[in-house]
Amino acid sequence: MFGWCGKILRIDLTAEEFFIEEPEREVLHTYIGGRGLAGSYLAQEVTRDWNDPAMPLLLFAGPLVGTVSPASGRMTIMSRSPLTGTVGDTSAGGNFGTFLKKAGWDGILITGASTSLCGIEIADGAVVINHVPEFAGLTTEETVQYLADKGSTAVIGPAAERGVLFSNIIIDGHSAAGRNGIGLIFAAKNIKYISVRGTGKVPVHDPEELKRAREDIVRLTAASPVLLGELGISRYGTPALYDLMHTRNMMPTDNFRKTSFDDAPSMNAFNLHKTYKPLNAGCRGCHIRCKKITPKGSAIPEFESLSHFSALLNNSDLPSVVEANRICNELGMDTISAASTLACYSELEERTLTSREICKLLHDIGWGRGEIGIALGQGSARYAKSQGSPESSISVKGQELPAYDPRGAYGMALAYATSTRGGCHLRAYPVSHEILRKPVATDRFSWSGKSRIIKIAEDANAVVDSLAACKFIFFAASLEEYARAFTATTGVETSAQDLLKKGERIYYLERIMNSRNGFSSADDDLPPRFFSGHGSARNNASAKPLDRNDFLVARSNYYKIRGLDAKGAPTEKKAKELGLKWKS
Amino acid sequence: MEKLMQKYEQKLCTAGLAEEGEPLMGILDAELCWNRKNRHTALLEKIFQQMNINSILFSKPKEPYNSIINFLSRASNEAIYPEDCESRTFLHDLPIAADFSDTAIIPRLRNRKCVLIPGYGVIAFGTVSLEQAFITFSSVCFASFVKFFSDILHKKKKGLISLEESKFLDRIRRSLPQPVEHFSALSSAPFEAETEVLNALEEAGKKIVDYGLVDSYFGNISYCFHDTLYISQTGSSLDELAGCIDPCPLDGSSCAGITASSELSTHMEIIKTLGTKAILHGHPRFSVIISMDCDRYECPCRGFCHRKCPEIRNLADVPIVSGEVGTGPFGLCRTVPQAVEKARGAIVYGHGVFSTGKEDFNEAFLRMLAIENTSYKEYFRRFDA
Repeated sequence: MFGWCGKILRIDLTAEEFFIEEPEREVLHTYIGGRGLAGSYLAQEVTRDWNDPAMPLLLFAGPLVGTVSPASGRMTIMSRSPLTGTVGDTSAGGNFGTFLKKAGWDGILITGASTSLCGIEIADGAVVINHVPEFAGLTTEETVQYLADKGSTAVIGPAAERGVLFSNIIIDGHSAAGRNGIGLIFAAKNIKYISVRGTGKVPVHDPEELKRAREDIVRLTAASPVLLGELGISRYGTPALYDLMHTRNMMPTDNFRKTSFDDAPSMNAFNLHKTYKPLNAGCRGCHIRCKKITPKGSAIPEFESLSHFSALLNNSDLPSVVEANRICNELGMDTISAASTLACYSELEERTLTSREICKLLHDIGWGRGEIGIALGQGSARYAKSQGSPESSISVKGQELPAYDPRGAYGMALAYATSTRGGCHLRAYPVSHEILRKPVATDRFSWSGKSRIIKIAEDANAVVDSLAACKFIFFAASLEEYARAFTATTGVETSAQDLLKKGERIYYLERIMNSRNGFSSADDDLPPRFFSGHGSARNNASAKPLDRNDFLVARSNYYKIRGLDAKGAPTEKKAKELGLKWKS
Repeated sequence: MEKLMQKYEQKLCTAGLAEEGEPLMGILDAELCWNRKNRHTALLEKIFQQMNINSILFSKPKEPYNSIINFLSRASNEAIYPEDCESRTFLHDLPIAADFSDTAIIPRLRNRKCVLIPGYGVIAFGTVSLEQAFITFSSVCFASFVKFFSDILHKKKKGLISLEESKFLDRIRRSLPQPVEHFSALSSAPFEAETEVLNALEEAGKKIVDYGLVDSYFGNISYCFHDTLYISQTGSSLDELAGCIDPCPLDGSSCAGITASSELSTHMEIIKTLGTKAILHGHPRFSVIISMDCDRYECPCRGFCHRKCPEIRNLADVPIVSGEVGTGPFGLCRTVPQAVEKARGAIVYGHGVFSTGKEDFNEAFLRMLAIENTSYKEYFRRFDA
């Protein structure tokens, strides 16, 4: 077998036993790896509560991980989301995926719960469950210091231990695997950390052909202004997008009540760079190296964190933005949800939070301190509802929205609504064509054609997450080039269109899982604010509210194209067409 | 959607890539929409059914492209392998279908952005927009043209050209437009305000398209005004630059120009080192072709000339340098800025021309036109020698 290791590590934490599962080739070929393969396992248990010990926690790499395929060092961590109740997954960077493959595993499936706080240490074929009750309450940074010789690490912080619904996982000390609150699944199973070391090599079917595929991809990235250009993310990290969102009048400001932040020019990537002089870092095997860290090793905010801890909170103090980001990473919390929950709180309190308050509240949330801290730790949707003002939570399916105002990009509006993991920009990533002009520019203020564009992009990104590659590189390359890399790696003949078909199947399975948990068209919707409120006036134009009827037509078209019924529910006919098992 | 299809049909015809009434276009969202009724839509609908795409363009290219594509296809098996830089980078190769059937066409489209069907035309598709199909179609015409003239010159020099090939070249040669020597002047410097700069950029962009100095509509253009470089956005059409120009402060204090042309670094470096204000970059066809003609057949870099040609050759006083698109280790940003200094212009191997103007676009445009005209004459001088 090439590309895949052919082995899944199954760990039963209750019994403290582990088993080797060898998935059938057909399963690997169908679901690829990463998000697709993890989803195929999750589907079997998805109607359980997220904290049911039998609910699996899945950490899966993909067939390209550990090879020279560019930007292919990622992995998926998946379970049912504690925050949204949907399929819950996060794409994780750093070294973990590569080390997992080098250790000989395509993925780890964990069920049960440990009797006390534990760490799972994997070194090639050896697995040790290490009870570490003394690690309780340690920050991610403190935990990582104890694990210096353990290889790549995935750790949670105090926030997960205190039940924060948007807890995340920190990979290798500075790469956050956020969204969906998957850190809380670690806590539910009493896992403080997982480490992995591997000394093997991932077998490649045709190394010379893979090198040629790599050259094609790398050449495309060199031609990409967004990736390797003078102002691109290789140089400035994802904060390079900050000025663009400002100039496009779609920077979420003041809890999405405005779309322009006056102080943005002084809070941008250039100033961040000048002030903090960050070093380049990145995922294993990536030449773009978009991660920026301080000389001391802590992460510089990504674009979403920079935008939400500044504009969304009306905060013009750059050091406090960096500090807020650091607190979230240290305590193990998703920055988008954390900032957005604070913005919701600020709106309900009818006042702007000071930078000092922002940092204090983050500590209160992460440490589970005080009535407000605990309440905000349940996320904006629950908090706003508890205050009798659900519309103040700017979330979809209970997950807070990222830093692109949908009134400025209609494809993004539809993508937020249809995402299978709740408010998320990455499922379809229309930023690519609506803002960054790749592969070509589309009219961001038009719904025309967007239903199919979003559907195709969701399929494509399901493949990307399954390979498991980085979405950023697809600003330059496409599945055309990655199909060649896939075939060279695995020896399995494929094409871009074959891969898209697999992506369609993976996405549809996620819709089936959500449907089985009661999600419907009522959940594929946006906060009312976007249909009634104007954004900011800028350059003699204001961000108009979305037309509700146009949105519903686009969503209805999306359902039709995706093969769902009028309520957004999967159909037996489509499921069978895609070769998926159907349970009524 | 109808408007979009009309727009691209118009652009194909204006650029001389297709005859009026020839392009057949379909866009699929919830429903499939065609720009006209045609007997071929039944087959193209099978493509929509079997592929995850949203748009198709099928057309017979206008002459001489159609004849050239048919000619190259006859000499190739599965695919044509273009050697110009942009086609290598973005298209890789041009697959050929043996006949006009779904079984011949679809397997090839599943792996590439287009397929050539000799005698019928070219099919290209998009997954985001019809514009992708349009760009691919346009690139196929450009890549085929460049490959044909490059290959045949090479054969002539090696004494390998057949009578049939020679006759074919004569026919194509007669159909080519004669070089244009003169042009109506563009706006003159000094420019007092940003709006004047934007107007000058739009005007020069249109002119470069009108004179066929780009691969259909694509190239890039910039002007430096008050410590800011105004540059066309990546993927922008040079005849439609309104709203597609990014202001990039020279001190780098804003990243809003992240959507600027992939050649931003090259433009910036030229501006900073030479103090020139106007820069044009186009893909004039004979400049690209002549840049690929090199008699050093035993050169160890043969096959990698676009990356690491060991010497700077010249066309008259204009240097020909290596360099790939963008900022990679072999990026043209490492070769062009030094090269343009003396001659106010340079040709990048298998790619295109950069030309500069000290104050406005008149000088830059004249320079690019002169380089292309010289290239045209030099090509046929070498061929006839």
